[in-house]
Amino acid sequence: MKRLRVAALYAALTIGLVAVAGPFVWTLLGSFKTDAEIRQDPPTLLPLRWITDNYAALFERMDVVTVTLNSVIVAVIVVASNLLFCSLVAYALTKLDFAGGRVVFGLVLLQMMVPAIVLLIPQFVTVASLNLADSYAGIVLPGLVTPLGVFMMRQFMGEIPDELVYAARVDGSGEFRIFFRIVMPLCKPVLATLGLITFMGSWNGFIWPAVVAQRKEMYTLPVALAGLSSRETVHYGLLLAGVIVVITPVLLLFVSLQRYFVQGVATAGLK
Amino acid sequence: MAGLGSGRAGTHRRGLSADELGSGENQRGLAPGRMRAKEPRHASDRVRSPGMNPPKKAGKAWLFSAPFLLVFGLMYALPLLAGLVMGFTDMRSTDVRNPFGVDFVGLSNFERLFQDESMRKAAANTLFFVVTTTPLTIAMGLVAAILLNSGITRLRTFFRLGYYLPYVTSIIGVAVAWRLLLDPQAGLLNDLLRSAGIEGPAWLLDERTALPSLVFMSAWRNFGFDMVVFLAALQGVPRELYEAADVDGAGMWARFRSITIPMLRPAILFCGVYSAAGFMQFLEEPLVMTKGGPLNSTLSASLAIYNQFGFGNYGYGAAAATVLFTIIAAFSFAQFRWLRPKT
Repeated sequence: MKRLRVAALYAALTIGLVAVAGPFVWTLLGSFKTDAEIRQDPPTLLPLRWITDNYAALFERMDVVTVTLNSVIVAVIVVASNLLFCSLVAYALTKLDFAGGRVVFGLVLLQMMVPAIVLLIPQFVTVASLNLADSYAGIVLPGLVTPLGVFMMRQFMGEIPDELVYAARVDGSGEFRIFFRIVMPLCKPVLATLGLITFMGSWNGFIWPAVVAQRKEMYTLPVALAGLSSRETVHYGLLLAGVIVVITPVLLLFVSLQRYFVQGVATAGLK
Repeated sequence: MAGLGSGRAGTHRRGLSADELGSGENQRGLAPGRMRAKEPRHASDRVRSPGMNPPKKAGKAWLFSAPFLLVFGLMYALPLLAGLVMGFTDMRSTDVRNPFGVDFVGLSNFERLFQDESMRKAAANTLFFVVTTTPLTIAMGLVAAILLNSGITRLRTFFRLGYYLPYVTSIIGVAVAWRLLLDPQAGLLNDLLRSAGIEGPAWLLDERTALPSLVFMSAWRNFGFDMVVFLAALQGVPRELYEAADVDGAGMWARFRSITIPMLRPAILFCGVYSAAGFMQFLEEPLVMTKGGPLNSTLSASLAIYNQFGFGNYGYGAAAATVLFTIIAAFSFAQFRWLRPKT
């Protein structure tokens, strides 16, 4: 009876997994099939012949190297900036408690609550009037210091004993020195979590880069793929290859470091 | 119940060490909704040694906060105010070079908004999307969490990882993959239906099935998040409750209804309001998969605003954004009051 129950449990979990991972597996297999085979009914599971033509075509129709590089540049700036600046704010909020702390934290919460779509038009007008449209600076600007990052860092730093900081002050260390030499090294686990969450957010980000980047040379990977998918509606093989290129880095990163992500969700209780 | 939640808050302080994680879920046994409760802990209610924070630290504190304040002021506060003002003007894309040259048009953008057929359609679609996707996502997350939590040890991490994957994947990637699956001729779904002797609908190309397809895809993509929240909350359900239920001879359904659901109520509420706030802004799914069609059947409020932006109607789009913001803010305020722990 018990074994039957366990078997049923695993059966249900496996069906669920097929439904969840199936579309990804289907995409991967499809990216190695010809368009004709993709459209074939009844469908084939494995490609009749494994071809790489779709990837070759993708590199022809889309400047994969440039847009991937753009995605990487944007992600690196956003991650580095969040790790440093969110931590600085969190340090001010937890270890320097000052009268303005409540105001600053209130602004952090406010920023967290304003929906992105509400800001889209005026943010674009702001970036355009600063002459930053179509530039890396314009793409990264709104995401340099995310409220989630401040929130997570504040939560973590709040648990670091104040005595450590006091002792360093008594020894004559300045605040920057305490921040970099004592507090930041203790924050490594949460910095890892924040770095990964920020990286994924930046890598997957679509609407804002699509609005800011105007020349093709400034597109990020998702923007370029979206453009391709609206032009090449019938060439599924090509598009599936594009999907694989876009999602693989994040999936690999996520699978290898998933414990940090699950932690992040549970810690902050939000994305 | 509230006592249980807050009692645990004190026992696991950090919860961020990697070893705790290795074992699977975090051990806090706290629904994230509860975290708000312990919010104000930091600066205020800690015992402070006087003299350790001399007033001159305030300058440093502002300096440390400066990068955030700069970005906030430039990219959030200013645009937020500008957006509010913009809604009362006739600003168009051509005015970007000279934003102060626009004319004020009073409430006419708002009047137009309430008579705009497609805006009304967008509002109705958004409402439909929120009230269907939210419970579906929660139900799927709940089922997954309960299955994973029913005593299995092997492959548990593997399944949890798999279920979480869609949530971390680029929406563009997911959208393209699903467009193929739902393709009426070439798609796997209709191939499968056909082999069962059913001729499937055109899914994204049919105005009756397009929006429900997006509902299902969004639930599929997002349920992993709810699952993780529920798994964390399930850690906090005392095993004795189930043992007592066993003694009383309660069946599976009775245990689920009388123990699991009430114990998970805070987590369910949290997922409900948190996802509903996100679903109210759904934009990328219809933008990439259907462009709002067919016949505006998948046009969402956010997509309608995005489209106005694309048409260059900045003033009108900003007015629509103001209305959407007001609705979401009212909802957030209600959620805040609703979720506040009853003590």
